[in-house]
Amino acid sequence: MSDSLLSFAFLVQTLRISVPYALPALGATFSERGGVVNIALEGILLIGAFATTVGTFYTNDPLIGILCGISAGLLTALLHSIISVILKADQIISGIAINLFAIGITKFSCQLIFNSSSNSARIVGLEHWNIFPDIPLLNNPFIIGTVLLIFIANFLLFKTRFGLRLRAVGEHPKAAETVGVSVSTMRHAGVLISGALTGLGGAWLALDQHSFTDGMSAGRGFIALAAMIIGKWKPTGVAAACVLFGFAESLSIHLQGSTSVAQFIQMIPYVATMVVLSGFIGRATPPAADGIPYEKENN
Amino acid sequence: MIIGKDPILVYSHFFSETLGSSYGIGQILFKATPLIFTGLSAAISFRAGLFNVGAEGQLLIGSFCTAFVGFTFYTLPSFLLIPFCLLAGIIGGAIWGAIPGILKSKFGAHEVINTIMMNFIAAGLVSYLVINIYSVPATVHTPDISVSAQLMRLDILYEPFRGSPVNVSILLALLCCLIVYILLWKTRLGYELRALGLSITAAEYGGINKSSRTIIALSMAGGLAGLVGSNFVLGYKHYFELGFSEGIGFIGIAAALLAKNNPIGIIFTSLFFGLIEYGSLTINTMVPKELSNILQAIVIILMIGITKIISRWISNLQIQTVVNEDV
Repeated sequence: MSDSLLSFAFLVQTLRISVPYALPALGATFSERGGVVNIALEGILLIGAFATTVGTFYTNDPLIGILCGISAGLLTALLHSIISVILKADQIISGIAINLFAIGITKFSCQLIFNSSSNSARIVGLEHWNIFPDIPLLNNPFIIGTVLLIFIANFLLFKTRFGLRLRAVGEHPKAAETVGVSVSTMRHAGVLISGALTGLGGAWLALDQHSFTDGMSAGRGFIALAAMIIGKWKPTGVAAACVLFGFAESLSIHLQGSTSVAQFIQMIPYVATMVVLSGFIGRATPPAADGIPYEKENN
Repeated sequence: MIIGKDPILVYSHFFSETLGSSYGIGQILFKATPLIFTGLSAAISFRAGLFNVGAEGQLLIGSFCTAFVGFTFYTLPSFLLIPFCLLAGIIGGAIWGAIPGILKSKFGAHEVINTIMMNFIAAGLVSYLVINIYSVPATVHTPDISVSAQLMRLDILYEPFRGSPVNVSILLALLCCLIVYILLWKTRLGYELRALGLSITAAEYGGINKSSRTIIALSMAGGLAGLVGSNFVLGYKHYFELGFSEGIGFIGIAAALLAKNNPIGIIFTSLFFGLIEYGSLTINTMVPKELSNILQAIVIILMIGITKIISRWISNLQIQTVVNEDV
């Protein structure tokens, strides 16, 4: 057991599992830094995965599939940002509705396109896409891409004017507005970035599995939210939390069969979030600052 | 429409199979019952200024506790066992609601995230309990509950409901609506909860203990969600089955909002969502039944959108009147 845990294959598996957590979690970081809670991630993942499957199925080209996934993610996020930024309605309820909608629309369309509400036809994956086919880890464009995106996100959030404005809007919208930053533009941008990244996460789910199955997001959108909280709304911290959760999940896959505690290992992210959330906000962090979720805008 | 089926045929089928037959009405009542419980659960938390997204987890734990008592104390007579089962459901759900309540009042941890997390923890826990400890081989459900724990189906009283699973628990649900109504508007506790919901600072200046009321509100919300088991476990399948609740907790939130958190209004909004749910099943041969999720989502989005637009329009009107009066 010990050497199988330390093996290279285990590491690769951990990273592979972490990708569909990391992409939506990075997205959520942008959305919440701008002050919009996005619990629609779960639904966006599902819609992104489905759109990728359909795109790849009809063109046999995973690149078009990925673009479909990202576009579908953007469109769904646009719905969320219209509801929460323009209409200023409750962000949580909007997210719940979008998640319900995603379950319905994907199964409904799956039935129409593939004649089964639970499974799509098989699609091609990324086998021919290997940049360095002989080097493990580097042969997976999604793993490399995600790592790059983490650093880009960090740069964008903390080293650019865009990032500064986005954070300002999330922490003190009124102040941001007095210096001429458009709160709603920045918030739309944050939510749309989260939609694109989450759609990309959905694309990975579909291409990795070579098909769409109903409910294949399986709570990952919420785990991503958990990772964002544990990572304290910082891309690098968020990525670390995702790898931690990926590790817990590969561990539970390894332990399945040998023990019956798999369900408890799967609970780790959720319990950890509650612990961190309780301790984190209890410690003297300035209120209203640091993108605390559920901040409602009234400028 | 989009998929080339005659919409009029689909709609007429939708309504004739639901509202047009007493069997259909029985089915709607059955689908509405759990929504009333989760709707009340959401409403009571909203009234206290909290957002309970955890009804899904609370109802899982509550229903499991209900079933557990039902199949463990097999020999008890009905008049003891049924109340015990219900009580177990309430306590199970209430504990699951109390935990985020305590975390909120002691550590300031936001209840929305914590109740979402508790949903997943509940799903893992009941999955462990059912699969590893109490399962009937080759199934994902627990053993049957004792016959004396079963709730009577209404088709015994009213013949045309024959075959539909609507049962006595709908009366329990209606009773809960009444109790919640009385609690919120006729008792001191209800007054305090509503005061917290309207303004936390004002309520605290008024001497209301915010932290204990937060815990009480979320526990009550959990207890109400925990009663969902009375419908499915005691009244219908007579066992606890994994995955029986798909989304009931979330649609309850919608039912509460559509009713503006009014306990009596929740009866009607639950019936409405029950109609969508069962109606979509009846037209499944023509249109995929997943239409129900899509319709429910559209109703919620339109509802929150339109209420916002209307309220902004009204406040604009008021501002204009004030301006005009000043002139």
